[in-house]
Amino acid sequence: MDSIDRAIVNRLQDGIEICERPFAPISHSLGIPEAELASRVERLLADGTLSRFGPMYNASELGGAFTLAAMSIPAGDFERSADLVNAHPEVAHNYERDHALNMWFVVAAERPEGVANVIREIERETGYAVLDLPKLTEYFLDLRLPAQP
Amino acid sequence: MNARSDAPLDAADRAIILATQDGLPLVPRPYHAVASGLGMPGEEVMARMQRMRALGVIRRIAAVPNHYRLGYRANGMSVWDVPDDRIDALGERVGALSFVSHCYRRPRVLPAWRYNLFAMVHGATRAEVEARVSEIAALLGDAHRAHEVLYSKRILKKTGMRLRRT
Repeated sequence: MDSIDRAIVNRLQDGIEICERPFAPISHSLGIPEAELASRVERLLADGTLSRFGPMYNASELGGAFTLAAMSIPAGDFERSADLVNAHPEVAHNYERDHALNMWFVVAAERPEGVANVIREIERETGYAVLDLPKLTEYFLDLRLPAQP
Repeated sequence: MNARSDAPLDAADRAIILATQDGLPLVPRPYHAVASGLGMPGEEVMARMQRMRALGVIRRIAAVPNHYRLGYRANGMSVWDVPDDRIDALGERVGALSFVSHCYRRPRVLPAWRYNLFAMVHGATRAEVEARVSEIAALLGDAHRAHEVLYSKRILKKTGMRLRRT
């Protein structure tokens, strides 16, 4: 990452406008052509610096339901279980964590019963219990993090 | 279309969500590109997305970074056991700390899980995260009965929210 990449990562985390040419003012302020901005973002996506670029949808505002789920999986069975969990399209994020509860994932479904169904299926497929920890109150959410030199 | 009656979205909104949940095309006129794939005018796609943003259905149209790749190698989910009757005031204060990216109340599931306040803390190193966790502990004071920090070891999946293509 060079300084232009870092500026792109920081600028694009704040979001783009919904207008005909949303990249034009950004490329102008960075002093690079729009085509270069696009090719740099493509590279940052391809090399994994950016996970995604696009609309960040709020599932709970879609009439959907979310939960954070946790499982305690023996080391020898971890990869198989991760594949089974990740195969569900409702599993949006999944992290391995350094704890007895070593797998933590977010389930997002369009309807509340969808979350319960996915949890039941995962318990049946893996053979391990799932701890269901839905958000009760959101005090703060902002995932932006600065790219620093 | 299976949207609940109180959901403010219609079939065209849903088509836009399905078309963009993998990301926005990196072309000079991205909303027009989405629109041409859906057989809609670009102005309609933009108007619908502006409405969804106003409703809070779309938080932002933005890049989501991989924390590890930005140098945030220590990503700790700090979890706290605080009294239920004080949690709202405490959650607001913890959430306001600059290094906390999300702060939620979640249920206890006894006996397996005693913690009701979750605050995600990011840092370059675990030492940096630990120092920030100590700040949270100081802020909570005597309301803090126990805590743990669960560090992420590996991202197993990160696709964002998905709608099924029904």
